[in-house]
Amino acid sequence: MPNRIPKAQADLGDLALHEGGAMLLRRAIAPLREGDLLEICGGSSELVEQLPAWCRQQGHRYLPLNKGAGFHWIERGASDPPLIRPAQELAETAEPAWGLAPRGATVEAGGPAFSFPLRRKREVWAEELDAIRQQAANNQWSLIRDISWNALPRLAPELEIAVSQAMTFLTENEFAALYIPARFLARIHPHYREVLEVLAFQVTDEARHAEAFTRRAEAGGTGLGTTANSGQLSLHTLLEESEFTTAVFLLCVMGEGTFLTLLQFLEENAPDPVTAALMRYAHRDEARHVAFGVSHLRYVLQREPERRPALAAAVERRSRLLASISGLSPYVHDALVILAGGGLSPEQVREGARRVAVLHREMDRARSERLQALGFSAEEAVRLSAHHTKNFM
Amino acid sequence: MGSASVRPSRIQPLRVGAVAYDPKVVTIWEGFKTYFERQGVEMDFVLYSHYDAQVQAHLEAEVDVAWNSPLAWVKTQIETRGACRTLVMRDTDRDLTTKIIVRQSAEIATLADLRGKVVAVGASDSPQATLIPLSLLDEAGISPGQGCRVLYHDVMVGKHGDHVGGEREAAYALAAGKADAACVLDSNYLLFLNEGTLDPDTTRVLATTPPYDHCNFTARGDLPEERTQRFVTALLEMSFQDPLVRTLMEMEGLKRWLPGRTTGYEQLKRAVEKFRFYA
Ligand SMILES: [Fe+2]
Ligand SMILES: [Fe+2]
Repeated sequence: MPNRIPKAQADLGDLALHEGGAMLLRRAIAPLREGDLLEICGGSSELVEQLPAWCRQQGHRYLPLNKGAGFHWIERGASDPPLIRPAQELAETAEPAWGLAPRGATVEAGGPAFSFPLRRKREVWAEELDAIRQQAANNQWSLIRDISWNALPRLAPELEIAVSQAMTFLTENEFAALYIPARFLARIHPHYREVLEVLAFQVTDEARHAEAFTRRAEAGGTGLGTTANSGQLSLHTLLEESEFTTAVFLLCVMGEGTFLTLLQFLEENAPDPVTAALMRYAHRDEARHVAFGVSHLRYVLQREPERRPALAAAVERRSRLLASISGLSPYVHDALVILAGGGLSPEQVREGARRVAVLHREMDRARSERLQALGFSAEEAVRLSAHHTKNFM
Repeated sequence: MGSASVRPSRIQPLRVGAVAYDPKVVTIWEGFKTYFERQGVEMDFVLYSHYDAQVQAHLEAEVDVAWNSPLAWVKTQIETRGACRTLVMRDTDRDLTTKIIVRQSAEIATLADLRGKVVAVGASDSPQATLIPLSLLDEAGISPGQGCRVLYHDVMVGKHGDHVGGEREAAYALAAGKADAACVLDSNYLLFLNEGTLDPDTTRVLATTPPYDHCNFTARGDLPEERTQRFVTALLEMSFQDPLVRTLMEMEGLKRWLPGRTTGYEQLKRAVEKFRFYA
């Protein structure tokens, strides 16, 4: 050993290892190779107590030295872990071995195997993610700050009950719209964090909608309305969809697309300013959710146009499953008629029923248009739109 | 029937015993098993809840090799009258020391000053936190129990101090003034300083034991060497650079396996005899 020459020196000043000395040591050792010697000089009397144990734990060798107090030698042992350098730019496929490392970071090899089944760009991506994230960040609203709950008037009982029933139906749909992206979030590889962010915003939006609509129902004093089986069965088929792009198509394009028309209708026919404001804010959020859906579908279909028939088949499959259901629940239908007519007199009901019929036609027209924008033929778009669930979502 | 399809393999897999001192032991050994398979070594593992059960099973040939604590090694040596051998140990099993820590302000300059004081130790069966330091005290003329009061921290008895809990409680006892000294493994001393269990400004090292060795893979003397050869080679070839085993090695607390040696157990053997631990 006397003939050996240290490759490097480390001056720890008077630091003990627990005072930061260990950090200086690690930095001094890092560039050395296995078997190289490091000479340490340090004034702390604790070093002699601490260095042997530290070296053993770190896989290095502590060498007794007679050079005098304040000097120690360490022989470098096990080298640093092998590193993986994941794709720095957006990759077409993300590797499970990258784990939770952020894009651009270097990763130690041998980490745990995370299961992110959605790890191909083509499965999750959309071109307009940046714009959607920007808008989502800028347009967050608050139930407390942005809604003047004091402006809620006492409504005629039939109108208040109709509002509550509409809010009940909307909330059921908000929950479905929350669970679906939440469920897929956990399966998407973090390499595609922009998609995670957009979906996370979406989940937050839906949670806020659910709270807002429930609150509105409670604020009028009549409490919540009734949840119909027909609506739940429709949403159940939506929640069952296990493939991401198909789920986005059914939820964001077909369902939330239809809801855009519904929310606008409810804003126009709202009997009070609070309900109108809630519908307006929710509409702005839903427009973003639809934008993500359309953008994602466009990305997928540009690359895999052959997936179009499978998407159409998913709509038809749902339609067959729901065929035995009579259609929109009477609770919801009647509430919409009362709100649109403004009351229960025959003239009001006639006007209300007329407006609800117009609503259905407008929903159908907007859906067909959106489907054509995604490259479905006019004929196919009309047919698929007609197959869409009568419960809107 | 399922049994019809299970054919005895030509080579009996080597059966290795280990003590499940923590749930992670299952993860470690399942992972090691995959590694051994890759290396073409047929082995299986058997887990025991405490070392006495493992030593007994080893003596009765229920397992071929035992991953032993130092105390289990000493016991196996006693029971077999030396007819056993060590195969492999971790790099971190060599040259450990135990530190006896006291308060900075205490008027305690030497081990002899601990006469009449309270000494906090770990579990009663912990070599590093109890048996070896108490033996050092005894050799300095302070007989545990008579010369000083011993404050045991019996966390997971039977697991021979594999669990850091007992030592941490000994450190707490010193910090809280319930004890005048605490016995902790040198690397745990560093850990306790770093996590704040011990305050470096109010505590200091009174004494350090001579170095001793810790765990080892033990084989019975009657087990032919060719039965263990491939197992030993595979362990010595295990690399910290290998992503398959790196995390497992980290969990097991080593960077490298080294050949076993028997020179580091004298202090513990003396302690076991002196305190009639297995009498
Ligand atoms: Fe919503
Ligand atoms: Fe939505």
